[in-house]
Amino acid sequence: MKKKLLSVVLASAMLTGTLAGCGSGGSSSAPADNGGSAETGTETAAADTAGDTAGDTAGADAQADAGKVINIYSFNDELRTRITAVYSAIENTSEDGTVSTLNDGTEIHWIINPNQDGVYQDKLDEALMNQASAADDDKVDLFAAEIDYIVKYTDADVDAAMPLSDLGINPDTDLADQYAFTKTVASDQNGVQRASTWQACPGVLVYRRDIAKDVWGTDDPVEIGKKTADWATMKTTAEELKAKGYYTFSCYADTFRTYGNNIASPWVESGSTTIKVDQKILDWVTDSKEWMDAGYFDPTVSGQWNAEWFTAMSSSAKVFAYLFPAWGIDTQVKPNWDGEAGGWAVTNAPLSYNWGGTYLLAATGTDNPGHVKDIIMALTGDKDNLTKVAKEYTEFTNAQSVMDAAASSDEFKSDFLNQNPYGYFADSLASIKMAPLSSYDQGCVELIQNAFGDYLKGQIDFDTAKANFETAIKERYPEITEIQWP
Amino acid sequence: MKTKGYNSFRTVFAYVLLIFLSFLCLFFFYILIINATHSHAELQRGFHALPGSSFLENFNNVANNGEFPMIRGIVNSLIVSGCSAAICIYFSALTAYGLYAYDFKLKKFAFTFIMAILVMPTQVTAMGFLRLITKMGMYDSLLPLIIPSIASPAVFYFMYSYLESSLPLSLVEAARIDGSQEFRTFNQIVLPIMKPAMAVQAIFTFVGSWNNYFVPALVIQSKEKMTVPILIALLRGADYMNRDMGKIYMMILVAIVPIILIYLFLSKYIIAGVTLGGVKG
Amino acid sequence: MLFVQKKRKLVSYAKWGYIFILPFFASFFIFSLIPLVDTIRYSFYEYFRSGIKEIGPNFIGMKNYASLIQSDMLKYAGNTLILWLIGFIPQIVIALTLASWFVDVRMKIRCQQFFKVVIYLPNLIMASAFAMLFFTLFSTKGPVNSILMSLGIIGEAIDFMRTALGVRSLVGIMNFLMWFGNTTIMLMAAIMGISPDIFEASEIDGCNSVQRFFRITLPLIRPILAYTLITSIIGGLQMFDVPQILTNGQGNPDRTSMTLIMFLNSHLRSKNYGMAGALSVYLFIVSGILCFIVYRITNDDDPDGSKAAARKNKRGRR
Repeated sequence: MKKKLLSVVLASAMLTGTLAGCGSGGSSSAPADNGGSAETGTETAAADTAGDTAGDTAGADAQADAGKVINIYSFNDELRTRITAVYSAIENTSEDGTVSTLNDGTEIHWIINPNQDGVYQDKLDEALMNQASAADDDKVDLFAAEIDYIVKYTDADVDAAMPLSDLGINPDTDLADQYAFTKTVASDQNGVQRASTWQACPGVLVYRRDIAKDVWGTDDPVEIGKKTADWATMKTTAEELKAKGYYTFSCYADTFRTYGNNIASPWVESGSTTIKVDQKILDWVTDSKEWMDAGYFDPTVSGQWNAEWFTAMSSSAKVFAYLFPAWGIDTQVKPNWDGEAGGWAVTNAPLSYNWGGTYLLAATGTDNPGHVKDIIMALTGDKDNLTKVAKEYTEFTNAQSVMDAAASSDEFKSDFLNQNPYGYFADSLASIKMAPLSSYDQGCVELIQNAFGDYLKGQIDFDTAKANFETAIKERYPEITEIQWP
Repeated sequence: MKTKGYNSFRTVFAYVLLIFLSFLCLFFFYILIINATHSHAELQRGFHALPGSSFLENFNNVANNGEFPMIRGIVNSLIVSGCSAAICIYFSALTAYGLYAYDFKLKKFAFTFIMAILVMPTQVTAMGFLRLITKMGMYDSLLPLIIPSIASPAVFYFMYSYLESSLPLSLVEAARIDGSQEFRTFNQIVLPIMKPAMAVQAIFTFVGSWNNYFVPALVIQSKEKMTVPILIALLRGADYMNRDMGKIYMMILVAIVPIILIYLFLSKYIIAGVTLGGVKG
Repeated sequence: MLFVQKKRKLVSYAKWGYIFILPFFASFFIFSLIPLVDTIRYSFYEYFRSGIKEIGPNFIGMKNYASLIQSDMLKYAGNTLILWLIGFIPQIVIALTLASWFVDVRMKIRCQQFFKVVIYLPNLIMASAFAMLFFTLFSTKGPVNSILMSLGIIGEAIDFMRTALGVRSLVGIMNFLMWFGNTTIMLMAAIMGISPDIFEASEIDGCNSVQRFFRITLPLIRPILAYTLITSIIGGLQMFDVPQILTNGQGNPDRTSMTLIMFLNSHLRSKNYGMAGALSVYLFIVSGILCFIVYRITNDDDPDGSKAAARKNKRGRR
């Protein structure tokens, strides 16, 4: 199968010459960089081999950019709010949220498409394939990628994203305060960092204080933490909650990340066309079935991100807890909570896990490298900004020095949680073993939850669910030839 | 007397069923309208029978949402449906007239051919269509949604049957004797005669195009060119949108209101048009 | 002399015939025929996009066809059939009943115009918006469940979207609602076209209304019934918008509501041109067979039904 990949056509413009031997000529030739930036103009293949960025200084000069429009692709409005909050060059944003104007007259166009069912990636891929021939103002300049599919875009052979060093960012010095694992995730197979994120996403357990009080007479995170220490204890806890008429979690999908983030090998090995389903995933199925049958999940909720799932976060619901990293608390729980502030609290999850992380990537061929560099640095490499984001949005930001201090500082206390949650985030982070990634993760996660959702709801048997997953994944990714089960 | 009793029982039953069916048809729109006037928090608490006060707020949220530009979508849909309907009925009438009024060698073949492609689903050519318009540089534009409606076999056939029943060829001959050019004859004499048929088909083509989802979803990529059905589908996939159900209901409402308004004004003609199709010709 | 002159005249006008039908055929040739040929051609190739790389085209003969047969294609064909039947059977029964009532002079149904306007209304609703509406209305915490629960009809929420029966019923109800009004009005027109003399004669012979319906009305409107059936089958084959939006393209649960066109759409979405091409060819063959049946039925028994069929077919009835 790998042989077939030789006939690969690379459609994005290539800035560096490393790929000359690999592309099948034609569509991928002309370096489309017509931006005036000195860094990009003089970049050579040598820069690709990591580390060689010493000559870079803060020379990125936004004024030198030729482009008048910066196109930013993303999958929800989170990125826009974050960039708007920290990028001081933004003067105003239009009422409908599609255009922001910078103080030098350049416009940022926000192009947002939903993640689900691969829609965002479809649209982004379409744009990246046309990158070489697109007019300057239509080129993708900056795009967001989730940890579930970032590998697809950081791939050095595809070269869809520029190495940060080509932008004039030295990852070793400029981004030294970032967590090491985020830098690993953001790097291609040669270790060249091509992306950068403002968040690390250690998961915790966020629970309703009123339910805790009702069941155990206390809502103290330390006490509750003892009851959620591991999966065995968790089961006793679930039984106690059930006795009082509460559900522990809203649905089977909520616990998925604690398993999914602890898989031993990636879904698909690099270069392979075989999906290997990890034993941990099947553990999730068996455990979820047990929990489902025991009545620890809310039966009216099927999967995440639907109206029922959100409604289960409101005060009228009977769901005790959600498993979320910091972003989930701010962007999911908070908007759906209709009770008093301080109604929720954070404690340790039964198992540490990382869930998500939005990375910024500079599209190869951008005509605004100066602005793109400024934005990436402002959001992911500026200590003051990362402090601000953490304080304002209770975000676990990608700045070790800030986060280390946050747990003991009253300034980082969250009103919504009525506590300082950073200690729990940090503990979770310390024991995360980052799962090996592949570019197929999003499809695999989405489709395995979908296929086994039917099984967990008692609609089909186990083998049918397996077969349905195989069918669906092959439809989504035609190059997949085989699915191996443990 | 027995028959009379039976008949009045039948009549009562008929009314019950009719009222029930009407209820079914209208009930969903009732919920839709009611829910579009409530805020998300109110909707989370369950269903309310009476309208709430968030109508304007929801509407403003929808109108000001750049991520799902509904207003822009309605304008696009109006452009596509309007143009499709216009060129579809004009060229169908032209083709029908060409095959009806003239004698030529391939006439029979052309007619049979159109009949043969009548039931061909558009979906089977979708893949080639997509590649073709990409090559022609019309990917992600509204044109490929409009131009192909020139060839609409079904509309052609309706026009043809109508011509058969209402255009005496002697009229065409008379126009020729008066020195009228062929195109002028068509535009000034034949078209006015065909007005009723064209009006009916214009409405149906418009509605068909307004509701079309499969092809536009494949062709259109960028937000500012999306038509209403694509936006609705995008909305269905946008998980995080579920955080504001009031807005979702309002979007659905906005998507279907234009057609409902047109229908309420033209219901007489539309129903007459369906009837016209049902009467054997 | 006269003969020659007439012939010349015909020839000179023939040019206009070709000119007048040219736009239609040009448009058809470019936008349907070329794509069709292209579709068939690539059905023999391995040709897809993997992320941002394109694989192929590599000629692989009939492999796409073979793997489609081995896949769940036939299951989806079955789904399509079931979803169509669930909508069509009540549709034709109700439509026939209503149509015969509407034209029955002895029943004198009042407010006919109002009922006609109302029952035809759903036909004009955008199928995608209608499906989206049903999705929100029938969710476990949606209005329908909350109304049923507050009336005490059900104890706990029904999860419509998680059972095959639930999803299929919803699709069936939507298709029924969208099309029964249209069918009713058409059948009514057909029944009104029957000569009143026949009904009068039957009455003198002592026919009751049930006998009259089955012995006279039904046989006489057979052409239009055949037309309704055929256009409905073709519309059913193309069923897409409603189940696609309702299940977000997944055909849940257990792919029991995945239709053939949804299957095609998922291949087109992942830019799997080869597979999509082969599936299109299968669909083309099926609709070709249906088309043949149309002409057999309409040409043998009812030259007029075909005309009616032609008129309404394009509206893709379900």
